[in-house]
Amino acid sequence: MPHRDIGKRSAGWMGLSRGHKARPLEWIAEKAIFAVSLSTILMVFLIFVFIAKEAWPLLAGKMNSAASQEVIAPEDMDKLSAEELRVYLEMTKAEFAAKDRETLQLLMELKAEAGAEAPDDKDAEINTTELRYLVKPYQWSDYDKPEYIWQPVSAIHKYNIIPLVIGSLKTTLVALLFAVPLALGAAIYVSQLAPPKLKEYVKPVIELLAGIPSVVLGFFALIVMATFLQSVTGSHSRLNALVAGIALGIAVIPVVFSIAEDALTSVPRSYIQAALALGASKWQAAWQVVLPAAIPGVFAAVALGFGRAIGETMIVLMASGNASIMSWDLLDSTRTITATIAAEMAEAVFGGHHYRILFMLGMLLFAVTFISNLLGDIVIHRLKGRLEGKS
Amino acid sequence: MDTQTPLLQFQEQKPELHFRTTKFNFGSFFFTGLTGLATLFILAILAIILGNIIINGAPALSWRFITAGTEQDMFDVEKAGVFPMIVGTAARVFLMTIFVIPVGVITAIYLTEYAHVSSPLTRIIRGAVHNLAGVPSIVFGLFGLGFFISFVGGNLDRLFHPELAEPIWGKPAIVWASLTLAVMTLPVVIVATEESLKAIPLGLREASLALGATKLETIWKIVLPQALPGIMTGGILAISRAAGEVAPILFTGAAYYMAHLPKSLNDQFMDLGYHVFVLSTQSPNVDQTRPILYATVLVLLILTFALNIVAILIRAKMRAKMRLLH
Amino acid sequence: MPEILMSEPVMPNIKVKDHGHLPSAESPLLEVENLSLYYGHSQALKNISVKLSEKVITAFIGPSGCGKSTLLRCFNRMNDLIDSVRITGKIKIGGQDIYEKSVDVIELRKRVGMVFQRSNPFPKSIYENVAYGLKLHGKNDRAELDEIVERSLRNAALWDEVKDRLHTSALGLSGGQQQRLCIARAIAIRPEIILMDEPASALDPIATAKIEELVLELRKEFTIIIVTHNMQQAARISDYTAFFYLGELIEFDATGKVFTNPAKKQTEDYVTGRFG
Repeated sequence: MPHRDIGKRSAGWMGLSRGHKARPLEWIAEKAIFAVSLSTILMVFLIFVFIAKEAWPLLAGKMNSAASQEVIAPEDMDKLSAEELRVYLEMTKAEFAAKDRETLQLLMELKAEAGAEAPDDKDAEINTTELRYLVKPYQWSDYDKPEYIWQPVSAIHKYNIIPLVIGSLKTTLVALLFAVPLALGAAIYVSQLAPPKLKEYVKPVIELLAGIPSVVLGFFALIVMATFLQSVTGSHSRLNALVAGIALGIAVIPVVFSIAEDALTSVPRSYIQAALALGASKWQAAWQVVLPAAIPGVFAAVALGFGRAIGETMIVLMASGNASIMSWDLLDSTRTITATIAAEMAEAVFGGHHYRILFMLGMLLFAVTFISNLLGDIVIHRLKGRLEGKS
Repeated sequence: MDTQTPLLQFQEQKPELHFRTTKFNFGSFFFTGLTGLATLFILAILAIILGNIIINGAPALSWRFITAGTEQDMFDVEKAGVFPMIVGTAARVFLMTIFVIPVGVITAIYLTEYAHVSSPLTRIIRGAVHNLAGVPSIVFGLFGLGFFISFVGGNLDRLFHPELAEPIWGKPAIVWASLTLAVMTLPVVIVATEESLKAIPLGLREASLALGATKLETIWKIVLPQALPGIMTGGILAISRAAGEVAPILFTGAAYYMAHLPKSLNDQFMDLGYHVFVLSTQSPNVDQTRPILYATVLVLLILTFALNIVAILIRAKMRAKMRLLH
Repeated sequence: MPEILMSEPVMPNIKVKDHGHLPSAESPLLEVENLSLYYGHSQALKNISVKLSEKVITAFIGPSGCGKSTLLRCFNRMNDLIDSVRITGKIKIGGQDIYEKSVDVIELRKRVGMVFQRSNPFPKSIYENVAYGLKLHGKNDRAELDEIVERSLRNAALWDEVKDRLHTSALGLSGGQQQRLCIARAIAIRPEIILMDEPASALDPIATAKIEELVLELRKEFTIIIVTHNMQQAARISDYTAFFYLGELIEFDATGKVFTNPAKKQTEDYVTGRFG
């Protein structure tokens, strides 16, 4: 049987596995091409690692944000071991090694001063970076009930992320509710019903929307849309989740449109022709045959649109009002995760708890968009495979 | 044969005929009208945004505005200009292309010319490209801060300037902003280059290999010259995407105000998009500064749209040329 | 098909080329020994053994999908480009096994040229197309290049048609001219063997006749293996004919014998037009 010889002589990938002795330079160049192509994997890996690295001390419970902390007198500096001193000053090993003695002394004095000024309050002893203070409501001293509060620059650093999560979800929801019906309708019209000539012009024009920088959409929402929408809704705050959400929706429309249009177009012509041959009208074919066949594509479009919306920064930073209010009311000012990172990173102390919390929010964002994009891609891949297999 | 032809025609036209002879079809009217309206609504949004910006921005746009700096007061309607922002944006985008084009093109070459179509590694690389395209821009900003500034820049300082208290590299700078944007636009370049490489007929590669060219010679002499327009398209699309991005440069290099233009790689820079943000949110008197805000937005929009349109034209030309080859 | 035709095979009225003396197969230039080729799990070539002599034209015929092109592509290892291909057996050219590890594919392809089914000139000038292979192999002297380009184009019977526009794009040539340009490009680097994969299948009859004339002319200097689905063409130009069916070599012999007195029933059925 010839099969026993299978694999004995496999035709190699020429150049890569053969002939490298004859052409060492070429062999090296090809290895280099391969190495460079791994850079995308490396980048995704580095993004994850370095954002996680900055957030790590917080996740590992090594940060203490309590306003009043046990103070060690600067004169006693020499009584501490280097390691104790480093932990006391909340520095990484590299940072600690880079500081000279005088700087350390200065830092200890600063810390002692801060300790002296700390509010005399039961809350002052709480390490607000613990998980329960991040996600669960807590009754702070001046409040009459437990609440979710994000107030990183007050005397007691309140880091409850729930208002931000709700802010992000709220604006994203508005964006999707605004964008998906419009984009889907346009996708059906352009791919199924529009005369071919019209399609040629309309498609690139809608895709031009994607070319508008988000800071321009944010500007437009802030200067034009906010005033208009306030006159319509009579809302109390000019900038709110509705304004930000609709502006965000404009940014999401081209994403949903092009993916949905692509999915609808990839439904084989034979499906439509079969429906038409049975006496269906064009819209019946679109509604009863094409749309059901492309429904996973529509789902993917929504998933990717969600990823785009929840990760968008400039629009929400400019148009949401940026008040971290715990409310589902669309007409309240709101603050999203992305806007929080953008607005507060500049004032956060490098390496401090606020800084680390913002990186943790970045991780959260990375994870959420990773999952929604992955979901969208898998669905599209399956759909294409299925349609191509069937057609 | 003679009797068959009209029969065929009749069958083809039947749905059409049927459609025309039925009386007014409410479902069809409703459905077509609704989806058509959605399309119209989207086009109207685009028209309103562009129209609003052009109508309000054009009167304030002047040669002086484009060529003047911000020496006096960046909120002064009469004297402020956007020259430093145009220079800053152009410089960061130019630096970015130097980083992103080689890496993007080489990755695309690997994926189309070398990679085994269905090997797990190829799938992982493609997944990474997809994933990178979906990462929120603010996360790239965090990455730039955590990796380029604090890790790369910080270590450069520790290695070469351990005696200095002030960081030389471990601070926001144009080079870090450009590198961050390069990582962000990598998928744009890869996808566009891949598309143009795939459009080149296999026959050309075979012809070259059959003449005794090595794979690398074939890629360099036959494939790449053909793919050049596609690579350019990718580069321009990446530039147009990056030129308008603000979130990734917020903490990696953009400056609120600078008295001079960036002089070296570790300088900060003023940026058009960031300036739009500053004028919109930090202006002492929004109504008064509105004309320069609109004019700045118009300049940014013209820049990104012009690039987009150039990319579309090159792509159309390239596709026409490829049809000749097939 | 009527019964009567099935029972009484009628040899088609094909004019078989008469070359007079044929070189003996004593010292073959190309030897194939027990060659099998697999695409993944399906076997495309089954245990093929054949010996081809120098400076003759050998035609590979057979119905589509019979493996004739696949075998042709083994001779310059173009099949290496396909990931899933596995090969067992030996192919020797001038006594050297070309699938041995030490063999440099690039050297092999310099010695075994190829002309493809669809003309594939590079999107460069006519001159650059012919000079491409020469430049690859280190010839950069302008005068020498000019001379070889002219000689190759003359050999390919294209010189008179293109001599005034050598530096215009090759894509402006007609289909037949493009194919002759590809032949000129292949012979410019003086290979010993030229593989032709249905070189005239996409051309009109006049262009086909020119290509056939050219192939006969080239026989003086090169060993040519031509794959064709056109039996008349095989009979007109080849010295030897190999008939393939379902990945197997059914019959290999002098062209005259294969077409007038085939040894195998399958060959007879094919050349009489019974199938394929």
